[in-house]
Parts: sequence; structure tokens; C-alpha cells
Amino acid sequence: MIPTTYYLALSAILFSIGVIGVLVRRNAIVIFMSIELMLNSANLAFVAFAREFGTLDGQLMVFFVMTVAAAEVAVGLALIVAIFRSKASIDVDAVNLLKG
Amino acid sequence: MSIANFHPNDLLAILPELALVVLAGVIMTMDIVLAENRKRLLGLTTAVGSFVIIAAAVIFSQPNGELIWGGMISNDMVAFIFRLVFIFAGGITALLSVDVKGVAHKGDYYAIILGAVVGMCFMALAADIIMLYLAVETTGIAGYVLAGYVHRSSRSAEAGLKYFLFGAATSAVMLYGLSLVYGFTGETNLTAIASVLASGKVGISVILASAILILVGVGFKIAIVPFHFWAPDVYEGAPTPVTGFISTAAKTAGFAVLIRVFITGLTASEYWLPILVALAALTMTIGNLLALAQKNIKRLLAYSSIAHAGYALVAFVALSELGVAATVFYLMVYVITNLAAFGVVILVSRSGAGEEIAGYAGMSRRSPYLALAMLVAFLSLAGMPPLAGFFGKFYVFAAAMKAGLVWLALVGVLNAIIGLYYYLVVLKVVYVSPPQEGALAIEVPRAYSFALVILSVGIVLLGTAASPWFEWALSAAQGIF
Repeated sequence: MIPTTYYLALSAILFSIGVIGVLVRRNAIVIFMSIELMLNSANLAFVAFAREFGTLDGQLMVFFVMTVAAAEVAVGLALIVAIFRSKASIDVDAVNLLKG
Repeated sequence: MSIANFHPNDLLAILPELALVVLAGVIMTMDIVLAENRKRLLGLTTAVGSFVIIAAAVIFSQPNGELIWGGMISNDMVAFIFRLVFIFAGGITALLSVDVKGVAHKGDYYAIILGAVVGMCFMALAADIIMLYLAVETTGIAGYVLAGYVHRSSRSAEAGLKYFLFGAATSAVMLYGLSLVYGFTGETNLTAIASVLASGKVGISVILASAILILVGVGFKIAIVPFHFWAPDVYEGAPTPVTGFISTAAKTAGFAVLIRVFITGLTASEYWLPILVALAALTMTIGNLLALAQKNIKRLLAYSSIAHAGYALVAFVALSELGVAATVFYLMVYVITNLAAFGVVILVSRSGAGEEIAGYAGMSRRSPYLALAMLVAFLSLAGMPPLAGFFGKFYVFAAAMKAGLVWLALVGVLNAIIGLYYYLVVLKVVYVSPPQEGALAIEVPRAYSFALVILSVGIVLLGTAASPWFEWALSAAQGIF
């Protein structure tokens, strides 16, 4: 059996990649994908811990997180499409009407 | 507190939330059935429905301090007060939306507001990290839609996208923090987490790491420095009633989560307290200093709302009954006052005067009553006696002093003086500057004057008769320690 720490290390790596992606990339879709990566790294941690403890709470949480992520996709993509219609670009640096 | 088995009364405990969901369904149905020229009823029904639900909650849903629904929900007084505040804010927001172009005649707009209110109510009720995360996301996703609601306006769409990207990223960070909490305590219930932490089996670094990660998510919600960058842009771009709603109710909901997670759950306060104390001082100072330079009224109110989150945090870091009571009371005052301020802003921008502060010139001569409402709201925000804002700040600083944070209270008082300056500059434009050529009186529909009268009376009432309200908040705070 693979030790839980391996899963946690992978989860931490995925989370870090996600955070770096959010901070560094400028394309709204790629930022959004990085956010999904962060959510899934947390999911992996939840499942790994749930297996370690032999409880179901963590597994349960993952179902809810997946549902939330799906709802976020719907809203997020709709907003990205709305931005694309007005600017013909989804570069977040081009989204700069509001400044001060 | 004990986890009780299911009891029919548990349904009564969440009656307000159930009623809000039903109301949202009613609004959606009315949206289909009503003729186009009667769609104004949608907003009015939302508002009246919300006030009826508040009355029903007071009669039927008095809290008993128990953990119900399998330990998911803590039916206590703190949650009860917060929920009443959220439903009130939702109702007033609906009332302030009924004549705003782009949102007024849309059933889904009001339904999403009600959905957000349900999410906020559960944020206040949550006693389990699963419930907490779901409630935070319910509020968040509804908020993203509301901020970008007028999607044909590129400003609103931009506000929605910024709110969404910041919100989704910070809540993902918070989720990772929650997974660490679960992983190192083996519990999802906040009370159970506290008892594991009290046994001292969990290492310092883990507690500190998860506290910081969770603070990122909560800090975004309450817009404290350094998670405040989204606030001015989103507040400026979003439809003004939504700005009022996000800056009051959503922020207050964030504080409800802060109280739940950091006072009920992560009780090992010695590790994270210094961070919050520093953030409180920074938030007040940076919010107020940046507000000084603003020319746009919505941006000014955005920075002022950042500063107000700082004040509320000052009371919170006292970590005492008095501190939590002062936070709750401060937020009650803040919600009422800021909604009044945004009500005036909505009316002025409806009249075509725009959102620049210069457009408010001579408002006292054009619309004396509206100017009076603005005077009351801004003086209360500035913390002038005998208005509610003064007592809010008074209790906040008293709580900080009593907890030995004298320097923090001093920073707060200095900040209140900076705040007074920029609020008075706006009032000077309203009362002293001559009106522009040909400026007419600002039209105030009856729904708006009703809302502004309620809010202004509330500001005066919470000020002149502050102590029963504060006692109420204090009784709530005693329930969670």
C-alpha cells in the first residue's frame, strides 16, 4: 500500500503548481484551470486523509467540492465569454477599465 | 453543546432559509407570469417577503444553542443575529433595485440575491467545515453572478470576472487549509476540532499553516489587506445595489465565518493572533489612506469599507465576549449605515449625475431630504455621536483597550480622524459647493424613500438607544465562549 505521505506530497505539489499558475499566467482560462488544479489537490488530500482515518467525511467532502467546482465552471466560463465579447481577448491585463 | 438527534423543531430552526428558497421560487414564477409593465412587483415582493421572513424568524426560530442536523448547524444567538442582518440587507437591496436600469425587472436577479442570502445564513450557522465550505461557495458564486449581472456593460462583466477569479482562487486556498485541518485532527466538526487541538497532539506549524490558508479565503470575503485588491474594482464596476449588498452582507458573512473558524474551531489562538492584530492595523490605515485620494464615490466607499473591516477586526482580535459583541454590533451598524449610503448613491447616479463626487455639488439645495439621508449615513460612517457609528467604534475600541491592545485602539482612533476628513469632504461638496447650472431635484421613487427612512431611523436608533442592541450582541457572544 502506498503511504499517505506520498499522496500528501503529490497534493502539495499540485497545489503549488496551481498557485503559481494563478499568479503567473495572464490568460483567464489558464488561471481558471490552475484554480481547478488547486481544488483537486485539496480533494486528493481529503481522500488520502479519509483513507488514513478510515472515515467517510473526507470522501464526502470531495463530492461536494466537485459539485461546487462544476457550478464555478458554469459561472466562470459565462463571465469569460461576456468579457471576450466586449474585448475580443481574455488576457487579464486587457481587463483594465476599472483602475484608480 | 451536544449533538441532538433529529427533532421536528430542527426544521423550525432553519425556517428562514427554507422560506427564502420558497420566496426565490415564487419570484421566478412571477417573472414568467407577470406582464412586462408590472415587473416592478418582483423587487417589491422580494423586499416584503424578506421582512415577513424576519418577523417569522423572530417568532418561530429563536435559537436554543444546540448543534443540530447531525452537527452541521449551530443554532445559536450569534448565527441568529447575523441571519436577521443578512435577510434585512437582502430585502433592502431588493427595494433599492426596483428602479435601477438593467437589473430592476429581472426575476432571476432577485432570486440570485435570495440565494446569496441563504448562503450567508448558512455561513453564520455552519458548525462543520463541510457546511462552511458549501455555504461560502453558495454565497460566492451568487456574488460573482450578481457583480457581472449586467453582462452587456463591459464594466460590470469586468467586475464579475475579477470577483470570480479572486474569489475562486482564495476559496481554493481556503479549501486546502480546511483539508489540512481535517487531516491533522481527523474531524470535520469545529467543536470536535477544538477539542483535538486542546489535547495538544497537533503541531504548531500545522495549525499555523492551516490558519493562514483559511485566513486567505476569509480575508477575501471581508476584504482586509492584503486581500483587498479586488474590492475597489468590483465595487465600482458592479451594479450599485449589488455593490451595496456585497460590501455589507457578504463582508458581514465573512466575519461570521471568522468567528466560527477562529473562535469555535482553531482555538489555539496564540499562533495566529499576532497575524490578525497586524492585519487589523494595516487594514484600517491602508483603507483610510487610499480613500483620501478617491474621486469616484463608489471607490471611496470601497476603500472606506476596507477600513471598516479593519475596525471590526480590532474588536475581534480582543478575543473576548466583549470583543465578539463589539464586532457583531459594529457590523449591524455598518450594514445599516452603508446600505443607506449606497441608497443615496443609487438615486444620484439614476438621476444622471454620475458617480463622481463632483456630481454631488449642491445636492442640499436640489434635494434637501436626500442630502439629509446622506449626512446621517456619512456622519455615522465617520463615527460622530449620537449616531450609531459612534457607538460601534466606542465598543470596538473599548474591547481592544480591555484586552490590553492599547496601541491598536490608538491606531484606530487616529484612523477614525482620517476617515472623518474624507467623509466631511464629500459632505462639503453636498452642502457647500454650488449646484451645477440647470441641475434639477433628484427624483426619489417611493420605494427608495421608504428604504432610506428605515435605514436613517435605524442609524439614529442604534445610536441613541444603543445599549439594548449591544446587550443583545453581548448575550450572543456569551453563547459561543
